[in-house]
Amino acid sequence: MFSKGTKRKFSDGDEEISDESLVGARVASSYSLQRQSLLDMSLIKLQLCHMLVEPNLCRSVLIANTVRQIQEEMTHDGSWHMVTEAFCGPGQSPSERLVATEVLCRSREQDAEPKLFSVISYEGCREEEVVADETLCSVSVSDTVSNVCLAGRVGQCWEKSELSGVERDEEALEDSRLDSGEDEEIDTEDGASTESPKTTGQVFGTFEIKNGSPGPDSALEELFSDVDTSYYDLDTMLTGMQSAPKMGPYDLLDSLAPSHSSPSIVSTPTCRSDLNELDHIMEIIVGS
Amino acid sequence: MLSQVNLDVKGVVDSDIISTVEFNCSGELLATGDKGGRVVIFQREQESKNRLLSRGEYNVYSTFQSHEPEFDYLKSLEIEEKINKIRWLPQQNAAHFLLSANDKTIKLWKISERDKRAEGYNLKDEDGRLRDQFRITTLRVPVLMPMDLMVEASPRRIFANAHTYHINSISVNSDYETYLSADDLRINLWHLEITDRSFNIVDIKPANMEELTEVITAAECHPHQCNVFVYSSSKGTIRLCDTRAAALCDRHSKFFEEPEDPSSRSFFSEIISSISDVKFSHSGRYMMTRDYLSVKVWDLNMENRPVETYQVHEYLRSKLCSLYENDCIFDKFECCWNGSDSAIMTGSYNNFFRMFDRNTRRDITLEASRENSKPRAMLKPRKVCTGGKRKKDEISVDSLDFNKKILHTAWHPKENVIAVAATNNLYIFQDKIN
Repeated sequence: MFSKGTKRKFSDGDEEISDESLVGARVASSYSLQRQSLLDMSLIKLQLCHMLVEPNLCRSVLIANTVRQIQEEMTHDGSWHMVTEAFCGPGQSPSERLVATEVLCRSREQDAEPKLFSVISYEGCREEEVVADETLCSVSVSDTVSNVCLAGRVGQCWEKSELSGVERDEEALEDSRLDSGEDEEIDTEDGASTESPKTTGQVFGTFEIKNGSPGPDSALEELFSDVDTSYYDLDTMLTGMQSAPKMGPYDLLDSLAPSHSSPSIVSTPTCRSDLNELDHIMEIIVGS
Repeated sequence: MLSQVNLDVKGVVDSDIISTVEFNCSGELLATGDKGGRVVIFQREQESKNRLLSRGEYNVYSTFQSHEPEFDYLKSLEIEEKINKIRWLPQQNAAHFLLSANDKTIKLWKISERDKRAEGYNLKDEDGRLRDQFRITTLRVPVLMPMDLMVEASPRRIFANAHTYHINSISVNSDYETYLSADDLRINLWHLEITDRSFNIVDIKPANMEELTEVITAAECHPHQCNVFVYSSSKGTIRLCDTRAAALCDRHSKFFEEPEDPSSRSFFSEIISSISDVKFSHSGRYMMTRDYLSVKVWDLNMENRPVETYQVHEYLRSKLCSLYENDCIFDKFECCWNGSDSAIMTGSYNNFFRMFDRNTRRDITLEASRENSKPRAMLKPRKVCTGGKRKKDEISVDSLDFNKKILHTAWHPKENVIAVAATNNLYIFQDKIN
């Protein structure tokens, strides 16, 4: 599979090792080096998505499966743990970080049904549909600063526990000026659709622009408050994507990410703990 | 032995890259689609009785722009005009019909000939100007006069807005009324007369896109049973479905998968098992699948393994890492049967293509290139040297040009005539055995 004989960086070892185990160790380290380079290559492939033309979904899926495979093997080996801790805080599962990096990969798709704001970027193509729950809508309507992802769409709610957590955050959001990236993860659903709820990740770019409540933008927001926001979302998402400074928030996003999985279905303790973390951060921002 | 009949050389432009090749049901016409959204149709010359040994050559019959590039404003994405597939409808009158599809839209084109023109109108002159009414003193009947042959292509139906993902296959049903179109996650069934709606018959999209691990790679209708179709996946499986079973054919009637050989497992196992093409045999008894390294023939009555496996370029197995790096491992090769189902053909790299005789188990590697073959010359078999000493005329694996790939090939439905698309060139080869 891999060509043997890659240059080893490791020395022969400090201790005395027998020849056999030395060879075994060489092979093993060579293998893990190559596996690591394959992993790196795959991640780069996933991230280099074309902006203008949708990337090949089949290719993206195959690469993502390969990454998962490597990841699983490395988890078994125990080497994955080291890799992730190098990049992010503890308490975050590897798959979340992996998935989180896919936010960088922009491939937007829209479902055939007319949804007001629908974004798919799954490792290149994941579906993210932004809609708000009724209660969230009512919270936001009072504030003309249209936090667009919450704006006027009747959605299907997800788990009550998440809902309450999110509501609190939303209120906090509207009161404060949120800096980019230090947001909670809000999974919202498309209420305009009549099919089963698809709860997926929030596009953080949207949040960045929308939540500048006080300040020069508010007048502008009022002016455009009745404008159809679906296109606006896309624009802000694009600008949020393309401007360099947003790299900061994405990094933070990575570390926060309670992945973009559906909280109602695959809610794990990590999800909840991340929300708690989120609350904590919100408190810091709001409290200051 | 195959000899080169003629070749159509297009310019070396990206938009001229041929993306699909298809003979019509009689073999008289050969259609190609390219990356620029154009369709070029070739017609076989009538065999002249004077030249008994000559076989018809294919000449350009019609050229038209099938699809234009589009921009999806809602998603801010370009929709490529590249023609992914062309499928001919069986001929029912003097005109020819074909379906052409890009990533999102399928169009039904009518190609018709006009070789007569009406002359002698009462109300207008020959050049079209209205005649002065006072000058019309007699009534005459217009007569049909011969004119230079004109081939017209007109779009008769446009089947749009039914695919969120990229269309990879279209297949005309044996009932000649319906056809299916497949994208990465869904398959739709259309009626040829109805453009504003289609039935979704397969949907493998998960509720949470993050759970997506498998996509549809190809689909085809059974050649005789209009209720049966198959679709292949990126995990190397084929599902046969019966539309009589349910409206949504998410549950297959048959599931074809070859168990994996654990000794050859690698990180690339899944990628190379991804099926890039599936084709029923003309008899309808077998189907053929193409994955990255091999072609497999399946008996529809046996689901647990193929009945025949042919290695296309096994020497690439040790190069999978490099091929993954340069993305070649994702190339989608097609395959085709000959008219009698006794032979199969598929493409490879370095402009090589391979043919396998199912009865004799012999195989041959040929090259489609201008440098190595002149018109009417016999094609020499090629060989790839996998190791050790390279013999004369052999080519070593490392010298293969991976940019020259033959993804699209087609075999005449009745005769030993094949069409091979090598990037932007089309080669037509013919059997010279009399």
